[in-house]
Amino acid sequence: MAGASSSVQSKRPIGKATRDAFGRALEALGEQFPSLVVVDADVGNSTRTEWFGKKHPDRFFNIGIAESNLVGVAAGLASSGKMSLIASFAAFITCNGYDQLRMSVAYPRLNVKVVGSHAGISIGEDGASQMGIEDVGLMCSLPGFVVVVPADEESAKAATKAMLEHQGPVYMRCGRPDVPKIYDGSLAFTLGKANILRAGSDLTIIANGLMVSAALDAADALAADGVEARVLDMHTVKPIDRDALLAAAKETGAIVVAEEHLAHGGLGSVVASTLAELHPVPIRYVNLGDQFGESGSPEALIEKYGMNGPTVVAAAKAVLAAKTR
Amino acid sequence: MSEMIEALNARAKTIRRHIVRMTTEAGSGHPSSSLSATDVVTALYFGGFLKHDPKRPHDPDRDRFILSKGHAAPLLYAALAEAGYFPVDDLMTLRKLGSPLEGHPNMTRLGGVEASTGSLGQGLSIGVGIALAARVDKRDHHTFVMTGDGEIGEGQIWEAAASAAKYRLDNLTLIVDRNHFQQTGAAEEVLDLDPIDGKFAAFGWHTQAINGNDMSEVVTALERAKAVEGRPSCILSLTRKGFGILGLLEKLGDLNFHGKPIPAKNLDEALAELA
Repeated sequence: MAGASSSVQSKRPIGKATRDAFGRALEALGEQFPSLVVVDADVGNSTRTEWFGKKHPDRFFNIGIAESNLVGVAAGLASSGKMSLIASFAAFITCNGYDQLRMSVAYPRLNVKVVGSHAGISIGEDGASQMGIEDVGLMCSLPGFVVVVPADEESAKAATKAMLEHQGPVYMRCGRPDVPKIYDGSLAFTLGKANILRAGSDLTIIANGLMVSAALDAADALAADGVEARVLDMHTVKPIDRDALLAAAKETGAIVVAEEHLAHGGLGSVVASTLAELHPVPIRYVNLGDQFGESGSPEALIEKYGMNGPTVVAAAKAVLAAKTR
Repeated sequence: MSEMIEALNARAKTIRRHIVRMTTEAGSGHPSSSLSATDVVTALYFGGFLKHDPKRPHDPDRDRFILSKGHAAPLLYAALAEAGYFPVDDLMTLRKLGSPLEGHPNMTRLGGVEASTGSLGQGLSIGVGIALAARVDKRDHHTFVMTGDGEIGEGQIWEAAASAAKYRLDNLTLIVDRNHFQQTGAAEEVLDLDPIDGKFAAFGWHTQAINGNDMSEVVTALERAKAVEGRPSCILSLTRKGFGILGLLEKLGDLNFHGKPIPAKNLDEALAELA
């Protein structure tokens, strides 16, 4: 499972996978955060926490294939004043460790950082059992958790640092394939604050993770038809950036939400419930609906499940039709 | 009997009286699950085994006690009150709105509570994490975790047991309160996990089986457990659920008496048995 990386197709230059960027950032930040301890459930070569482990072997523990224990051990470390970070596949750490995340971490508000890698259908051939597609909804349901979904290499690096600087539990979602570069090293990244990647007043496309690249592709295609789409990288799902949402709804009057996640509980749900309260406007969604993934190449799965620009364009046209009705 | 054992037995009796009174006052709770484990917890807090200071509940060098069987919260609260963490009178606020003495322990609301428990099976992993933190920080503190016997049906216990052995955590002691009952009946019938000490031995732990309602045996076992080197220690504490008021429970026709308080009309009888 730690094999050669595939990459997502785009006209933008391809950068590192978010898991790789996270792993390098963690390795580099070890000295700046001396209380950081990393615990692994024997997937450190997939999640890339092994890079930290090799540099700081005295602060790295591999407790075996046991996600429930992984979360509990992290809670114990945190209750003794360490900042603990645990990583596994998003599907395993959130689903197998959920009661422990709820009871041993969220309830006592411990300073535990949780990283779920290999999220979404874009992991490819390993298939549905390995694809975390409900993780964001699950983690948003835990009181006090911050939930972050970085889009590319630079933002994953920035999100890793922001996660460590935050006092309290954080969930960060990472992906397996190499993804298009959205940012250069000068990006400003603040938890809870969306990044406006493109100005526009006809509609707003709100995306995170690898759908940010698809959103930009869609905005380019729409611009060719004279439609100017605002694009927001909503990297933090919780707490959601209410100001950015309100401005988008008021100023553009139509929203498309794009994410590599099930329909229930993800970014789309959060945007919809927030705007229903603040400023209702027509919304359309690009997501994985209510179904499991399957085996196939990442490229083929992205195409089949519509996690790309053309699907976002179709959603944009649908929401524009609803807006002008 | 030594003076120390006599004093511990007297303290255990006081704690048992608190447990019975506070749960009857609350109108709910798990007194019988608390009473089985009272002798071990009394020995920990008042027998010199738990290095702690009620005035400094977050001292990084303190020893920790994690009540993984969180439904025995009345026992933990009674011990903490007797130790001076909060006034004994506050015990009567158990389970009431606004009281930090919640139905199951909440570490964010009460100093001395080392883990928020109540979803069974999670305390031992937390203990492993604390024991590892001691190693990372080169601190010399010991962590005691208490589970129930039904509780160890949870798979996470065995994940934690294996990891504690891997890291040779001799600063970690598990006490399994084997009171032979769980919610719906006899623990041995619901899910037979015997031999419990044999299972922990097979996982690489030092093990002892004792009468956990005999203070001399409890004290000796805790002394041995703390002295073990190079591996974690498990004390299989054979107890009676409801110990201290067994006469009353027999009369009431329910020796399990799980998750219910002594009826107010029987309270005097219970306290008389604990006189």
